[in-house]
Amino acid sequence: MSSFYDHTHTVFGHHKSKILNWIFSIDHKRVAILYLFTTMAFFLVGVAVALLMRLELFAPGQQFIDPDTYNQAFTLHGTIMTFLFIIPALPAIFGNFLLPLMIGAKDVSFPRLNLLSWWLYMAGASLAVFSLFWGEGFADTGWTFYAPYSSTTGTNVVMALTAAYILGLSSMLTGINFVVTIHRLRAPGMTFFKMPLFIWGSYSAAWIQILATPVVGITLILVVLERTLGVGIFDPSKGGDPILYEHLFWIYSHPAVYLMILPAFGVVSEIVPTFCRRTIFGYKSIAISSLLIAIVGYMVWGHHMFTSGMADWAKIVFSFLTFFVAVPTGVKFFDWVATMYKGSIVFKTPMLWVMGTIITFGIGGITGLVLGTVGIDIHVHDTYYVVAHFHYTMFGGVAFMLFAAMHYWFPKVTGKMYNEAKAKVSFYLIFIGFNVLWFPMFIAGFLGMPRRYFDYLPQFEIYHQIAGIGALITVAGIFYMIYVLIKGARKGEKAPDNPWGGTTLEWQISSPPPLENFATIPYVDFEPYMYKDGKPVIDISDQLKGIK
Amino acid sequence: MSVHGSTEVQKYAYDKNGKPHEIVDFADDYIGAKLGFWLFLFTEVMLFSVLFITYMFYLYNHQADFIEQSGGMNILLGGINTVLLLLSAYFMGMSLVSMKQNNVSKSKLYLILTIVSAIIFLTIKYFEWAHEFHIGIYPNSEKLLAMSQGANLFFGLYFTMTGLHAIHIILGIGVMLWVFTKMRNNSINSKHYIVLENTALYWDLVHLVWVFLFPLVYIIGL
Repeated sequence: MSSFYDHTHTVFGHHKSKILNWIFSIDHKRVAILYLFTTMAFFLVGVAVALLMRLELFAPGQQFIDPDTYNQAFTLHGTIMTFLFIIPALPAIFGNFLLPLMIGAKDVSFPRLNLLSWWLYMAGASLAVFSLFWGEGFADTGWTFYAPYSSTTGTNVVMALTAAYILGLSSMLTGINFVVTIHRLRAPGMTFFKMPLFIWGSYSAAWIQILATPVVGITLILVVLERTLGVGIFDPSKGGDPILYEHLFWIYSHPAVYLMILPAFGVVSEIVPTFCRRTIFGYKSIAISSLLIAIVGYMVWGHHMFTSGMADWAKIVFSFLTFFVAVPTGVKFFDWVATMYKGSIVFKTPMLWVMGTIITFGIGGITGLVLGTVGIDIHVHDTYYVVAHFHYTMFGGVAFMLFAAMHYWFPKVTGKMYNEAKAKVSFYLIFIGFNVLWFPMFIAGFLGMPRRYFDYLPQFEIYHQIAGIGALITVAGIFYMIYVLIKGARKGEKAPDNPWGGTTLEWQISSPPPLENFATIPYVDFEPYMYKDGKPVIDISDQLKGIK
Repeated sequence: MSVHGSTEVQKYAYDKNGKPHEIVDFADDYIGAKLGFWLFLFTEVMLFSVLFITYMFYLYNHQADFIEQSGGMNILLGGINTVLLLLSAYFMGMSLVSMKQNNVSKSKLYLILTIVSAIIFLTIKYFEWAHEFHIGIYPNSEKLLAMSQGANLFFGLYFTMTGLHAIHIILGIGVMLWVFTKMRNNSINSKHYIVLENTALYWDLVHLVWVFLFPLVYIIGL
């Protein structure tokens, strides 16, 4: 059976060159794989920069890099990880790959626009990399680019901001594409409440991409105008208000963390029923809570600015709204646990990752509530406590679920199986390393270790050293995981169409899927996640593959 | 322009009772194309909203300065431009209506009239800006820096907002020229006019932004 690796559609007709057939392909699965390789490459760069900082902080004083380089390093790390890795990772890789497969469509609504998004991503990424080697090097403002420092520092802020703007455009176009695809291309009969939950997560995330990204886009442009022309919207000497920058920045960047996590929650909702062999508990509540998180998440940005100067009543409103986000999130967690309850859980690697993330994201989420409390936030604001919280949610939530997805859909994407035992080892390595790396930061932060500092007092040395060891374990685990996956893709056993007993449509076609996915588009009058006696109830694979 | 590999496109899926249900073809979906463009316009609205909110915020803080500076603007030129854009939106709409009625030459004529009025708009805009530059008012100029903070913010926002709006006009002209070539080679016709329709929607947004910009810049100082 020929797969999408053998044939493709491109923008400019057929090419002889294999590379051109990839970078001009408008097939959603190929675009997804382009994103997979590029985002993972940047992830490794981000990891390398982080490791450099951890090694530098292993002892007080200067070891390898000077303070200015350190400032550039944490800016580079933050910019790469947010704009080049974690925002595009789940929507652009797995959203692209799975969206049409799960809703029974042949492609996304705008395949050319989809490819353009990847090209824009590459353009933004190249510009960011280029700015490393130009003039005074990469920006040293932190990935938040706070004014007025960002409009006065001598480093390449304009290039970094332009890159972020282009990346935002790419993310926005992906969002538009997904919303239209979900509205228009669901297979006949598939109502919104018959969609897989990963689609619900991607749908909510796509709306955030559409609504919030333009806000940060124009804000970054205003900083560019300030640096190049001296317009002065955020310049206090010209009457501008730097706090306004912080508001506008966080109006995007706080919803952005929900746009990162919502598809990750979707991944959990796919994996849990499959490995528990049970219908998911509270399908509708999970679906609607995704939308609720997206809506409420839009109104909580002020909690980043409790120490920046804001009316007390505004702080209380923002604090209360922040607590409220925990409600739909908690609904999801209880639904997942209720699904597991009395299920015959199969602990394959994807399920292990989910179990891991229920612990790490649980910690990350609850410490988020601590930070959302006005009084406590004044104490721990801009300390390692925030760094630890952020990584527990973003790495322990989003990246963990990206890794889970990489294992769960591995057979579907590659048509091969990875080595289960080795994959489990890589999970335990990363999980243990992760906790050793970031848990001490909660304590250090609570004791007063500020974030983004090049040097520290001797009493914090022990926490930095434990974290340094954790970093080494984590990095070893990441490389081992990548090795196991690459080896699986090259030399693994051939995968069956449905190795895990999944119920969504992508498991009922061949692995890897053929070009245009389905021989026949079905009429979907059934819900996902239906199991009986530990087996999926619906089997329409013959119809989908065109076998009469 | 099909991206389908197979020549045959499945049109219907059948439910249990054998009833046919239409399948939306992703390569030829009029409603999808329009929905996507509306979402894009939505992002544009968000983009300009940020600037309008910023304007509102600074107007609130520096009311007297804003009103004083607005009083010095040339309301005649701004007014002519407003009428011009309103006219151009009419031309654009008529171009679409004519295309739907299969009157291609009339549609082309109206599109050209739209382009011409957009160019006149930009020309007038150019003279306005040139005048301000001539008397020494531009971001970071000595004269402006010597003026009040409110004046700095007013002109900062004025140049940013009218500048961004002008960029949208320029992009619009580019798109309309592209649409014109598509009309000539008949890929936009009375059956497939979605590109023209979306261009018209875009043009309405550009003109709508100006409708709000005009009173904020020119009228509040009256």
